[in-house]
Parts: sequence; structure tokens; C-alpha cells
Amino acid sequence: MSPSDVSSAAVINAAASPKRKSALTIGRIGLYVFLITAALFFLLPLFVMLITSVKPMEEIRNGNLLALPQVFTIQPWVKAWTQACTGLKCEGIQVGFWNSWFILIPSVIVSIAAGALNGYALSFWKIRGAEILFAILMLGAFVPYQVYIFPLVQITSKLGLFNTLPGIVVVHTIFGLPVMTLLFRNFYVSVPRDLFSAARVDGCGFLRIFWSVMLPMSTPIIVVAAILQTTGIWNDFILGLVFAGRDNWPMTVQLNNVINSTQGEREYNVQMAATILTALVPMLVYFLSGRYFVRGIAAGAVKG
Amino acid sequence: MPNISIENLNIKFGSVTVLDGLNLSIADREFMVLLGPSGCGKSTLLNTVAGLIDANDGRILIDGTDVINLEPKDRGLAMVFQSYALYPQMTVRGNLGFGLKVAGLPKNEIEKRVSDAADLLQIRPLLDRKPAALSGGQRQRVAIGRALVRQTKIFLFDEPLSNLDAQLRAELRLEIKRLHQRLKTTVIYVTHDQIEALTLADRIAVMKDRIIQQLGTPEEIYERPANRFVASFVGSPAMTFLPATLQVLGAHVSATVGSISVPLEHYPFKSAPENGMAIELGVRPEQSTLGEGPYSAKVEMVEPMGADTLVWSKLGEYSLSTRVDANTKILAGETVPLSLSTNKISLFAKDSGLRL
Repeated sequence: MSPSDVSSAAVINAAASPKRKSALTIGRIGLYVFLITAALFFLLPLFVMLITSVKPMEEIRNGNLLALPQVFTIQPWVKAWTQACTGLKCEGIQVGFWNSWFILIPSVIVSIAAGALNGYALSFWKIRGAEILFAILMLGAFVPYQVYIFPLVQITSKLGLFNTLPGIVVVHTIFGLPVMTLLFRNFYVSVPRDLFSAARVDGCGFLRIFWSVMLPMSTPIIVVAAILQTTGIWNDFILGLVFAGRDNWPMTVQLNNVINSTQGEREYNVQMAATILTALVPMLVYFLSGRYFVRGIAAGAVKG
Repeated sequence: MPNISIENLNIKFGSVTVLDGLNLSIADREFMVLLGPSGCGKSTLLNTVAGLIDANDGRILIDGTDVINLEPKDRGLAMVFQSYALYPQMTVRGNLGFGLKVAGLPKNEIEKRVSDAADLLQIRPLLDRKPAALSGGQRQRVAIGRALVRQTKIFLFDEPLSNLDAQLRAELRLEIKRLHQRLKTTVIYVTHDQIEALTLADRIAVMKDRIIQQLGTPEEIYERPANRFVASFVGSPAMTFLPATLQVLGAHVSATVGSISVPLEHYPFKSAPENGMAIELGVRPEQSTLGEGPYSAKVEMVEPMGADTLVWSKLGEYSLSTRVDANTKILAGETVPLSLSTNKISLFAKDSGLRL
């Protein structure tokens, strides 16, 4: 049989029986072996964390890292949440959890709003030098964070925003702006210009077009932006540490403190529980938003 | 009364000049069609009148008021776009009423106007649908409705039928004409379709290379094209052009087409003809007749078109098309007598392309 005969026979078979057997070639087997191995390799640390977090300390001291718990306990989780010491206070990681939300929600909303407005302005209201403006903004996406920290500390403290919740929100908005702008600009560039013209003839001004025409169409890109910003801001450590102030330290900073402030023995099970708790929010976002997240990566990839 | 006067309009995109010193005035209640191939500047002109593109220089007067610095909404006009440009997240009702809502009209007034427009365009059953659930023809009706509800004195159409199939195009064309007769508004209508231009317009401005080539009624444009471009762009089936030389012997003027001499006593020359001048004879399919006449033509091809038949024949060495009655029995290969309506044909100077 020639190759074309084989393929046409396969098509006929597929049409005849809906439960077509997938061809288990050597290549396929190899692929699966590789994928499963890779999955196991990457899941191993998570597995160790999970089992460690439900073991009592006596078992951990025995040193059998991979052994399943003989006595199952959720005490480390409770302790991590309510009693673990973050420095001098021992109120658990929960303080950081709520702080993270207080930082996250306004930061995500403000940065998306600012990025969307920027992207809209750059795609529809072509002013002289708009391209240069955009290029400069994009440059911001490539310069490492650390370069900006000292000047930003100076600026926020002059403005009285240093060590405050609004301060950290402003900082997150600024750092989110390049990518958010890029995301929304690329989205709005694909919107037919006639739509914008129609709204102008209908009497809308700059903000009304944005609010009544563009924003309602932007749901897909807003979801992508929200995913990117939520995971990014939740996982942030250095900006939270520097700008939020002791009372507003996010969960990541608190986790670091839990792990570094040890009196007596190292409570590995509590530390593991605290770590998983901290990672839970972005993990849930990843799981619940699979399709959109991939789209977000693709959209973000444009920045080069 | 909303007459529009465009004076010395200059538009540049960067270093590219799109319109250069253009003048055009449109009378009250006139249906003006801007006709031309793509890239001739007709859409730019329309968008500038709408206020969507800024002019570099010149004035646009509406009712004697210079509107060049006014926002689109303050110019008292409504516009229909080629891509329909309906707001995708709003229902048809929302689309129709949006402009009125922005203008701050009371709810019952909006409701009334939307309802009137929906009846006029027969889109009442569609009012609660989203644009995505409409066909192309329905979308364009809604887009026209969105312009109607604003009850402006001026309507601008930017190739509104170009995205529709032939049948819908003919249908909506008729509807636009009917609307214009009924509403008696001033209309500027941009198209590259000469049929739309001829059927709809009170006057047509034929544009090419940023310049208005001819401005006139559809009859003038069709019967007496000002130059070779207008002659070839307007009319379907197209005009055929026969290269010729002018022979002037005292009062006797004729054109030599190959070996044939065509007397031109009845041709209304605009200026005195020059002996030996290289010209082109422009002959529309209905400006020649088969079956009688001084010339003999060899039939090459017969194209039945339903209502009539187009016959391609060789006059000397040049091809010529003739429109004949559908019942005429003519076969390819036959030799038939042919005559030219020399009072109706067009003559163009070979070098300048201008009508003689």
C-alpha cells in the first residue's frame, strides 16, 4: 500500500467505527514515557511538601523524606495559619494572606484600568510621537526592577506613600503598566477603526468611547490581564518587602519570615504548610484559567 | 438649508498629499455621489466632511458655517460605514438608540425614534438581537437605522453596499433611494460602483488621483464623459475605444479608423477640430447599430445578457461591442452592416485624453 492508501484507509476506519484505536507507535510510547517522567520529576517536591506538612515532627526527625505519614495530622496547617511566628508576632501566616488580598485587589483593578486606557489611547487617538511614547513605555518592561527601587523609594517617601497600602498599589500599577498597555494596545489595534469613528459620529468623547464601546468588548483581554496581574502581584516579594511597610507585608514576605524566624527546632511541617498556603492562590488561578492563561502567555510573548 | 461647500481642501498624511486644493459644493437635499477607484481620495474627503480626519488647510462650510474645527457630533450629520460598525455588545435597539442616549434625549423620545426607524427599515423583529446574530444585509439596515434616528439633515455613506452580495446590493440600493426621496436630506455617498452612482445620484463627482475629473448629472457623466478616464470608468459593458486620426477638409470633418472613414458632421465639437490630430473614438455599446449602415463588421462573439445581447465584432482591425435586442439572430463569423451614431459617440484627444 502506498502512504496515501494507508491514510485513506485510516479515514475510512475512523468513519466506520467512532472508537478508533490510537496508533501506539514507538514514538508515542517514548513521548509518554518522557512526559510521565517529567511530570513525576516536577511533582516530587510538591509531593514531599504535602506529606511533610501532614507528618508530626517525630516522623520528620527520622529523615525519611519520601515515606508516607504513619500518623496523619493537620496540626501543622492550623499552626501555620494561626500561630506561626513572623518575627516577634506569632499570629500565623493568615495576616499576610489578608494583606496580600488588600494589595492584590486594588493593584489588579488599577493597573488593568490604567493599561486599558493607555492601550486605547495609543491605538485610536494617534498623536504625534505616539509610537515613540509607546517604545519608551515598552523599554520599561525590559529594565530590571532593582534599578528603579531606590529612586522609587525616594519618590514615594517624598509623596508620603512609602510604607503604605496606597504606596504599594501605586508601585504595582507602575510596574504593571508596560505589559498591560502592550496587551490592550495589541487588542485594540485589531478593533475596526470604523467602530471608533461611528462612536465619534454618535457623539461620544474620549472617555465615553472607552467606557461604552471599547470596554464592553474587552472581556477576553481583561481576563488575560487579570490572570497575569493576579499571579504576578501575589508572587511578588521584593516590592512588597520594600514599599508595603511592616503592617502591610504580603504573604510572600510573611512566609519568608516564618521560615527564617526559628526558635528551637525547625518546624518543617509548619513551614511546608505555610508555603503551600501561600502558593495556593496563584495555583488555583492557573488551574481554573488554563485556556485563558495560555492565551495570556502568548499575548505577553509579543514583547519579545 | 444644509448645503455643503468644500473650499480649497488640503489633506496630507505625513508627506503624502491626499487632497490638494479640492473644491466641491453640494446643494440642499442633493444626492451627491463621489465615484472613483480605490485610493482616489473619495473616502478621505468624506471622512474629512464628517470630521474624522483633520484637514491641513481649507474650509468646509455647512449652511455657511465653517465646521472645520468642530467635532463630528457638532456638525449635524450621520454616517453609515462600509463595515457596518455596529457596537457588538449592544442589541439592535441599543445600537439604534446609543447616539440619542449620548445626546441625553429623554427615554420615551429615544424609544419613539428607534421604533419609527425600525418600522421604516423593517427591522422591528430584530430589535433585541445582537449584531453577531444578523446577516450582512440586516446589519447594514441597522447601520442605516442608526443614522436615521439622529434625524440629521446630512447623511454620509462610505461604500455602504460594498460588503454585500449582488442581489442584496440591488435591494438596499433601491431602499436608500426610496429613503432619500422620502426624507429629502442632503447625502454624500462614496462608492466605486458606477451602477450605484448612476442609479442613486443627483450629481456625480468622478474622482481619480485626488482630483475631481468630472462633476455632473448621471446623464452628463454617461453621455458626455469629460475625459477618457471617466468614459472608461463609467458604463457597463464598457465603452470601446478606436484609435483614429482627424481629417479636416474645409467644413468636412471625418475620422480615419484604420481603413475606414467616419464622417463627423453631427459631432458637437467643443473647439475647432485640427487636421491630422491623433484621437480616440469612444463608442458605447448602444451607440452603434447592426443590420444597417455604411460599414461592414465581422461578428466575433455573441454574449447573451438576458434582456439584451452584446455582440463583439471587428470593424476593420478593431474590436467593437454593440448592444442589440435579445431576439436578434446573429451568429459568430457572420459579416453584418454596421452604423455609428456619430452625434452621440465621444471623441478624445490621444495625448491629453480630454473630450473634444
